[in-house]
Amino acid sequence: MSELIKLVEKELTAERRAGLPNFNAGDTINVHVKIKEGTKERIQQFQGVVVQRRNSGSVGETFTVRKISNGIGVERIFPLLSPSIEKIDVVRKGVVRRARLFYLRGLSGKAARIKEKVHVATPKN
Amino acid sequence: MSGIIGKKVGMTSMFDAEGRNLACTVIEASVNVVTQIKTIESDGYVAVQLGFGEAKEKHTTKALMGHFKKAGTTPKKKLVEFREFNQSVSLGDTVDVSIFEDGDFVDVIGKSKGKGFQGVVKRYGFSGVGGQTHGQHNRARHPGSIGACSFPSRVFKGTRMAGRTGNDRVKVQNLRVLKVMPEHNLLIVSGSIPGAKNSIVIIEK
Repeated sequence: MSELIKLVEKELTAERRAGLPNFNAGDTINVHVKIKEGTKERIQQFQGVVVQRRNSGSVGETFTVRKISNGIGVERIFPLLSPSIEKIDVVRKGVVRRARLFYLRGLSGKAARIKEKVHVATPKN
Repeated sequence: MSGIIGKKVGMTSMFDAEGRNLACTVIEASVNVVTQIKTIESDGYVAVQLGFGEAKEKHTTKALMGHFKKAGTTPKKKLVEFREFNQSVSLGDTVDVSIFEDGDFVDVIGKSKGKGFQGVVKRYGFSGVGGQTHGQHNRARHPGSIGACSFPSRVFKGTRMAGRTGNDRVKVQNLRVLKVMPEHNLLIVSGSIPGAKNSIVIIEK
């Protein structure tokens, strides 16, 4: 990609990127989405597990959030840099061994749990 | 009308205020120099000639060198005339992207990518003849009939047929300027513009 395109993309997205938390597949996040209804605007929350992040680093980066709504699995894909995302809260960090958690689709209940990441202080020296 | 000469950098996407993701094209228009001002008295019409892109002196003819020397500038690769230029400029002045503002509508002229010898389906958007089944074969992308029978006993001039495609001057009208970045001499317009990356384009307002 041309250096100039990189520069433009950086300038256009730097502000939005700075306001976003770090999260990865396996984390539970709460996405606050702006929803327009006619002239009114309200905020809807969508809380679930991040299944994957795609095209990371680019302006078209998206992430998929999965939650169980009334017993039915629902997945929603959000563009990371979309201005309709008001904010993202990281509720819980998870321990997973792969970047794409599609195996969750085949699991339910206890089996679909993800271990929480416990912060371990790195030993000095 | 006013305008500027630039170079297509490439495409990307950006979100607008309503949250829509728009495809956009980045155009680099580093400083344009006014190389000639045409007036009714001397030329019979009013126009401003702009020069863009550095050219090597050894690749410039003596005649053009004199032309550039008159404007007090280095040799330029591309010279373009703009009729009825809006800004008041004088010889040797520079024009840059700051003549545009966010939200302006511009026309972009460029040379489309050459596609070589192409059939009528690609060249004119014909839909080909018939289907894939019912025993039909070998004419899926054909033009079909090119005229009637014993009258007129010939094919009319201008009948659309296969041939060299692309590499034409193409103007795309009413593209919205999404962002002007004068500090980098960049212009971002919505949608696509003709030509390959690094090809020279003319932006008119």
